[in-house]
This record gives sequence, structure tokens and C-alpha cells, in this order.
Amino acid sequence: MLYDALIAPFLEFEFMRRALAGVVALALGGAPIGVFLMLRRMSLVGDAMAHAILPGAAIGFLFSGLNLFAMTFGGLIAGFSVALLAGLVSRVTVIKEDASLAAFYLVSLAVGVTIVSMRGTNIDLLHVLFGNILALDDQTLLVIAFNATITLVVMAVIYRPLVIECVDPVFLRTVSRAGAPAHLAFLALVVVNLVNGFHALGTLLAVGLMILPAGIARFWSRDITGMMMISVASAMVSGYFGLVLSFQTKVPSGPAIILVAAVLYVFSVLFGNVSGLVRQLFPGRHLEA
Amino acid sequence: MSAQLSFRDVTLGYDRHPAVHHLNGEIAAGSLLAVVGPNGAGKSTLFRGIVGILKPLTGAIALGGLKPRDIAYLPQSVDIDRTFPISVFDFVGTGLWRTTGIFGGLGKKARAQIGQALAAVGLNGFENRNIGTLSGGQMQRMLFARVLLQDARVIVLDEPFNAIDTKTSADLIALVRHWHAEKRTVLAALHDMEMVRAHFPEALLLARGSVAWGPTQQVLTSDNLLEARRMCEAFDDGAGTCVVDATQSRAA
Repeated sequence: MLYDALIAPFLEFEFMRRALAGVVALALGGAPIGVFLMLRRMSLVGDAMAHAILPGAAIGFLFSGLNLFAMTFGGLIAGFSVALLAGLVSRVTVIKEDASLAAFYLVSLAVGVTIVSMRGTNIDLLHVLFGNILALDDQTLLVIAFNATITLVVMAVIYRPLVIECVDPVFLRTVSRAGAPAHLAFLALVVVNLVNGFHALGTLLAVGLMILPAGIARFWSRDITGMMMISVASAMVSGYFGLVLSFQTKVPSGPAIILVAAVLYVFSVLFGNVSGLVRQLFPGRHLEA
Repeated sequence: MSAQLSFRDVTLGYDRHPAVHHLNGEIAAGSLLAVVGPNGAGKSTLFRGIVGILKPLTGAIALGGLKPRDIAYLPQSVDIDRTFPISVFDFVGTGLWRTTGIFGGLGKKARAQIGQALAAVGLNGFENRNIGTLSGGQMQRMLFARVLLQDARVIVLDEPFNAIDTKTSADLIALVRHWHAEKRTVLAALHDMEMVRAHFPEALLLARGSVAWGPTQQVLTSDNLLEARRMCEAFDDGAGTCVVDATQSRAA
């Protein structure tokens, strides 16, 4: 019975195995990025960027149909242009960074949806907006795995300056020039992982597997290594049970994955070890020292 | 003794308004110099110029062969994200950046050094605490431990004893004197004149320009302090172009 529900779908159907592999790769790359987004108070920036990559991916789609490389490449270019343009406008005018980014991503989203509807069908539009993790072909799976690998390698390289830049930027400036390149590399990784999530979860939910696991991890660990481990694990767990849920019910796979993550998140908010609500309500007697 | 730092007609400022105005002078290697002056006198600005965060509007600061990155700098309002989940040990360990760089690991020797630095500022046993759990005084001790590890020839401390109790500042001033004994050049911006008189052989009284510079006893006279206050209040938003600059550019 349990075997039928949890394991049989993956043994029986190849598309389920592919989806599971895809979700594992997404979790490995995206979740640590999400932790840093959260710690730098950039969670909503990640969300905005997810919409910003749409027109690029759509133009790729316009030229070559559902071709993965074209869409990834276009998405990267669109993501970077929006990030740079928004930064530029906020730097030279009175508009603040958040308003500037919001303006650009809304325009991006509108342009992207328009481009897709011009050429494609409603199914294509749905695919772009919500992704389709159950239809990952070999090529897509390889791109996702490649992006996740790149993410982990680059994160290992920029880890120390990135951490110090978060904690004490002035100090980093006085000892090293690595701060700005590390920050840029990090932004690039954000875009790469959004494009990754875009194929599986669509433009609206791409950040889901980055931000929710990071939020979950915050409630269970006090140090950043622990947070990254927990976020990766909870992203994988959400992915797995989300796939099972969507297989057994009518819930589409992308939302199912995010819903499972949401359940974990709510549980963490309530019962989390670090500042969870129940813990705050019943803190136990105070300590001696 | 040779000059560690020398200022040649240095003007530093923001938005063309000078905060340090035409400063000339030298700081000998191994000096222990207190920089005093009212709020807005340009102390922090001068320090930011020395460590290279702020480029001089005119003039030049020579560092006696050092690079700005060889100077240990403790800013006044430290822009630290205290909610960031990092332990005291790891945070202080960043002081070893010059030897570890981006990739270098912390070996046995480095770990021992970090332990010694924490012991020197009286923070043993705090290694695994998150920085967010420290009190103001403990935070300042931790920052001193990091400066200690930076092992720099020149140390610049911007109002390091603000809002710090007497016990903590006494402990930390002992560390400053120890650095002085090791022939390091130490600059500190301070407001506590008693402390300056007790521990700092030299002083620079700053009020955008230098009011007095030399042995502490001769600098901290009531006349000088009054003069410094007067000069600082002479600030004009609609100020014209500096005459000294104008004559110089005409000459050039």
C-alpha cells in the first residue's frame, strides 16, 4: 500500500524518475542560493527577477519553439539586463531600487506574456507560466544538472567573500577587492537558478524552491552551514512528496511541490527550534546564566 | 624616525564640501596619536581617507610604502549585520584574511591564533556563540580581536570607546598600549581628554584643518580647544570655491 503510493510511481514511469532527478538537481543548486537571498533580505528581489527573465525566454521560444538552450540563453540576458537597468535607474535618479526593480519586472512580465501569446498556443503559455516538470526531456535534465553543478562550484569559490560581504561590507572593502565580483557572481547564480526553476516550475513559481526551503531552514539552525544543509534537504523532500501528491491526485506538479514546501514552512513557523511560535509561547524556565 | 603617514595639502570631503581642509603633516612610524576635535571636525573623514575608502579632493596621502589594505581599520559606526548567523570564532577569523585570502583554510596554527586573540580581549568561551548574542562591550572586544589578528603595521581606530564601560575600555586601552610597545603606528579618534592625556603621547587637534599637532600636553590647552570649536561652527552651505584652490589652479 505504502509501496504503491510512494515508490511504485517512480519504478513504473520514466517521466516520474526524470522529474525526481530534476527536482533533486534544482534543490542542490537553488536552496543554498535561497539561503543567501534570505540572509541578504533579497527574497522579493528573487521573485521580481523570476518574472524579469520571462521576455528573454519568450524571445528564445519565439525563434526556436520550446528549445531549451535558446530559452535559457534568452532568460539569462533578460535577467541581467533588468538587474543592471534597474540598478542604473535607481543610482542616477530619485527612484529607489525596489520601485525601479518592480517597474522593470512588471514590464518584463507583460512583454513576455505578449510574446508567447503572439506565436504559441494557450498550452505554451501555461507551460511558460507554470512549467512542466513531468515533461523534462534528456536535454532539459542535462541543462538543469549542469546549472546546479555550476552553482555549487561557483558558490564554493565565492563563499568566503560573500559571507563577509553580508556581515561586514566595510571590513571586506578594506582588506580585499573581492566584494563586488562576489556580489555580481552571486546575482548571476540567482538568474541561472531562476532559469533552472523556470523549466520545471514556470516563471511564477521558480523562486518557490529557493525561498521556501531557506525560510524553513531559518527555523531549525543557527549557523549558515546548517541552514544550507536543511534547506537542500527540505527542498528535496518537498520535491519528492510534491511529485507523489500530483501523481495520486489532480494537483499539477509545480504547485504540488510548492504546496508541500508550504506545509513544511507552516510546520516550521509553529514548531521550529529557533524562534518558532510554540517555542516562544512555552519557552521553559529561564536558565541560570 | 621615518614617516609612516604623510599628508600633503590633503582636502577630503563630500560633494565638494571639504570636511578636512588643507591638512599638512607627518606621522612617524611607531607613533601613538590621538585625533581629537569636536563632532564634525573631520576625524572620521580623515581616517576614511587614510584607509582609501575616500579619495582626496586635492593633495595626497602617502602611506610609507604600505597599501591601504595593509592598514587595520575599525570604523566608528560599524555596519555589521548582527542578525547574520556567524559565530564569534569565524567572525574574528576573518582578521586573518591576509594569510588565508579567499580560499586558504584555517590550520592548527591559525586556530590557535584566533584562540589567543579571543583570550587577549577576554572573550574565551564565546567561540561558538553567534555574534548577535553579544553585548555592546563584547562586540567591541570582538572587533579588537579581529584587529589584533590583522597584524597590521598601522592601526586606525575611529572612536573605539564610545558607549563602552570603564572596565572594557581599560582592557582595550591596554591592548592599544601593547600595540604601541610593538612599534606599530596607532591612530585613534577620541573624545575623552582624560584618556588622551593619560595614554597618548601625541595628539592632533582637528577642526577641518589642524589646530594643533604635537605632544599631547601642548596640544590640549583650553585656548586650542576653544579655537577648534569656533572653527568647526564656521560652516556655510553656500560657500564659494576655496580661495587656496583657486590661486593654485591659476598658478598651475
